[in-house]
Amino acid sequence: MAEPKVTPELALAHGLNADEWERLCNILGRVPTYPELGIFSVMWSEHCSYKSSRIHLKKFPTSGPLVLQGPGENAGVVDIGDGWAVCFKMESHNHPSYIEPYQGAATGVGGILRDVFTMGARPIANLNGLFFGQPSHPKTPHLIKGVVAGIGDYGNCIGVPTVGGQVFFHPCYDGNILVNAFTLGLLRADKIFRGYASGVGNPVFYVGSKTGRDGIHGATMASAEFSDETEQKRPTVQVGDPFTEKLLLEACLELMEHDAIVGIQDMGAAGLTSSSFEMAGRAGSGIRIELDKVPMRETGMTPYEVLLSESQERMLIVAKAGAEESVKRVFTKWRLDAVVIGEVTDTGRAEIYWRGEKVVDMPVAPVSDQAPVYDRPQKEPSGLEERKRLDIEALRDCRNPEEALLRMMGSPNLCSRRWVYTQYDQSVRTNTVLGPGYDAALVRIKGTKKAVAMSLDVNPRYCRLDPYEGARLAVAEAARNVACTGARPLAITDCLNFGNPERESVMWEFARSVEGLASACRELDTPVVSGNVSFYNETNGEGIFPTPTVGMVGLLEDVGLRVQSFFEYAGDAVILLGRTRGHVEGSEYLSLIHGLEQGTPPPLDMAREKALLGLLQVLAKERLVHSMHDCSEGGLLVAVAECCLKPRGGDLGASISLQARGKRLDGLLFGEDASRVVASCSSESMQKIFDLARDRGLEATPIGTVIKERLQVLVDGQPMADISLRDLRARWEGGFPSLVSRV
Amino acid sequence: MKISVIEFPGSNCDHDAYEWPLRMFGKAPERVWYADRDLKRADLVIIPGGFSYGDYLRCGAMAARSPVMEEVVAHAKRGGYVIGICNGFQILCESGLLPGALLKNRTLTFLCLEVVLRCETTNAPFTASLRKGDLLRMPIAHGDGNYYCDEKTLRGLLDEERVAFRYVSPEGRVADEWNFNGSMDAIAGILSENRRVLGMMPHPERASEALLGSTDGAAILRSAAKAIDKNGKVEQNG
Repeated sequence: MAEPKVTPELALAHGLNADEWERLCNILGRVPTYPELGIFSVMWSEHCSYKSSRIHLKKFPTSGPLVLQGPGENAGVVDIGDGWAVCFKMESHNHPSYIEPYQGAATGVGGILRDVFTMGARPIANLNGLFFGQPSHPKTPHLIKGVVAGIGDYGNCIGVPTVGGQVFFHPCYDGNILVNAFTLGLLRADKIFRGYASGVGNPVFYVGSKTGRDGIHGATMASAEFSDETEQKRPTVQVGDPFTEKLLLEACLELMEHDAIVGIQDMGAAGLTSSSFEMAGRAGSGIRIELDKVPMRETGMTPYEVLLSESQERMLIVAKAGAEESVKRVFTKWRLDAVVIGEVTDTGRAEIYWRGEKVVDMPVAPVSDQAPVYDRPQKEPSGLEERKRLDIEALRDCRNPEEALLRMMGSPNLCSRRWVYTQYDQSVRTNTVLGPGYDAALVRIKGTKKAVAMSLDVNPRYCRLDPYEGARLAVAEAARNVACTGARPLAITDCLNFGNPERESVMWEFARSVEGLASACRELDTPVVSGNVSFYNETNGEGIFPTPTVGMVGLLEDVGLRVQSFFEYAGDAVILLGRTRGHVEGSEYLSLIHGLEQGTPPPLDMAREKALLGLLQVLAKERLVHSMHDCSEGGLLVAVAECCLKPRGGDLGASISLQARGKRLDGLLFGEDASRVVASCSSESMQKIFDLARDRGLEATPIGTVIKERLQVLVDGQPMADISLRDLRARWEGGFPSLVSRV
Repeated sequence: MKISVIEFPGSNCDHDAYEWPLRMFGKAPERVWYADRDLKRADLVIIPGGFSYGDYLRCGAMAARSPVMEEVVAHAKRGGYVIGICNGFQILCESGLLPGALLKNRTLTFLCLEVVLRCETTNAPFTASLRKGDLLRMPIAHGDGNYYCDEKTLRGLLDEERVAFRYVSPEGRVADEWNFNGSMDAIAGILSENRRVLGMMPHPERASEALLGSTDGAAILRSAAKAIDKNGKVEQNG
């Protein structure tokens, strides 16, 4: 195939604007070759270069005494003591998952797993955040089934348990679903591998699957809006092979036991191009590659295609000179290709040859880290002020709390996720202490008493109403979920999913969200150690709600002190930690019952939140509670109902008695005031808990007793609900199957 | 008792199977790579779960034809003990050591959840220390666990009391809604004719520690160890 002539128009078709074209011509001092244009287009795509987000992301706190590796590498690493560290990151695979849900979601899991094991960590837990359109949208059931099966099949096959996550439905995702995949791995703190191509003369190995034509320009696709022509982009979605990834994982970890590796990096978005440029860029070195040595599974591939292929399950390894044989021995054992395709140089340039002819000759640094940086204009979205106003007095108050509760428990955003998580292997590797359905997942670290807690959270509705506060609430909720197990929140990773950054209102939402995350993480002392930005989640000009998914990781020093989320013993006291003001604005209740998404998110007092997080850890440590459960979407009554429905059966109910003290019923029962937790404890522990709460300036209120068989609610002595657990469970479990069976 | 754990490319419960006896008896088993033929003088061979060869072609089909399986078949014929768990059960069926096949779950999806098993016979080394009707809780995690065999085979299994475990309700009764994968006659695990080869879809090695929610799986390995020590070492080849 003849290569097309490189012109500004061709560059434009590659997503490079006139300024960028001029910039790249200046860098080269000439017009680029066709492969060079391809390299520029992917390296300077939004997806790879973070050109619209970079100046904002600088606001994140990224360091701390426990941070061994912050952003900028394949994944972040945090010290958990005794010589151990955890490596984690979250990444989006939104665009491919909408176009081809099964493969899109599967390769999202594959990619994030590679990001983690390339650092030298063995992946021990996966989580995922899924955001779908309204259940009645004709595509939704098909997308759910494909995404869940894709995530399951990949993680299950490779043998990494999926232990938690989040599923959220909203019409704003009708044309742009979100698939955010999180992986956490375990490694020795002094054995971190990084993506450095250093040491002149060191061999550059290509290992793993062969290269095909799949996924060419996937990164570029993820850097543009969808339109009606998107269906034609199906070939840009990669195809996953978890079996090969399992072999690659074992081979890489085995090789890491030998003293053979200088640097290693996944060939993810933009494939061989980004891995080679980024590795050389970090080391300040140069790299020479003989492209025709790359193992290919198709004939007639061009240099352009080999450079830009996003075929999965491939890695680039810079080995120590002389260690070639050990690399080959390990990969041969696992029946994978391991081929020397080049070497490290000191020229500061990427020189790429094809059958002896130099087809690329570019300086590394300007391409890898001097991509254009944009401070894109921002403007508050029109109509936001009106959206934030809600005349609550004009709304009729809840008249039948029992009916409202049952309706909420069966609703798409609150019903049981059992249909989803039973398709994921949750227990392989025998570490899962608390799996899906708990406030946070808890995975023990073998050979120690420690366990790691993880939770993914964001409420896009809050973020839509106030992106700054919404982002802060996401961090707070994730930390609270982690602390509900007794663990101490340590650090976060994030997936920032937004619309088109070239629209001022989207950029405003993005900037405010980043500021919110940054301030919350600073105040809670949980730095951002890794993450990912996904823009252009728009179809025909309709963007998604701002969705900054937060992945919080915490440490429980003694797994024996863990606390679970459900009522344990009949006769226990039920207490509410935190203050109820009755904030119904922006809530699930308001959306579901009144069809309104207005008002402000619940106010968050971070000092109070921090005090609560401390209290939860003390209650666990002192063994004062039998259960702790975060109170968030759906409010107090939903939180109590959730405490009744245990993942392993043996449901216990509660008799709850509340004082309205002038509050509206909807606010009291379903308001979403922040920084609240429902706990259960023996009556002997109660006073101690109240004292500890008071010492921290926190409210703690007895609200009832754990009983068998029913959930009963009184407000000011008046019966509001009396539901059998059987009915409650039927509603809650019936929600999801009914929504996926709709065709 | 000596235990060996086989590792195929794509096995992913091999670590769990390895740690199972290690945690219970404090003694590490041997690891055997699929391309090798040396079972390392094992009395009991564990074929762990996972996705050997990525489940390509048919679950367990390629692993059943690997060099090490010829040795496992010979070991079984000499009266050696074998447990195949999940993918290990599929491999045992594919290699002909156990009858029948594991079809796709009737939900057509992967299923990972805790099930209740009822012990159906104590006439086997793996269940000798249990009581008939004992209920054991442990997880399943498979896409193809729907046991199937022809009528004649089923009759044989029933007549010879070779069904080791059935899926039951928490109260211990066989019921369609508790037979999640749709297995014929709610069969969760079966024995070979000489009762020394056990294949089962549920994962006892994941249910042998209170921290993980159940210790019921430990009973199976403990029973096997007791029986093997009592019956004497397995005769070795060469």
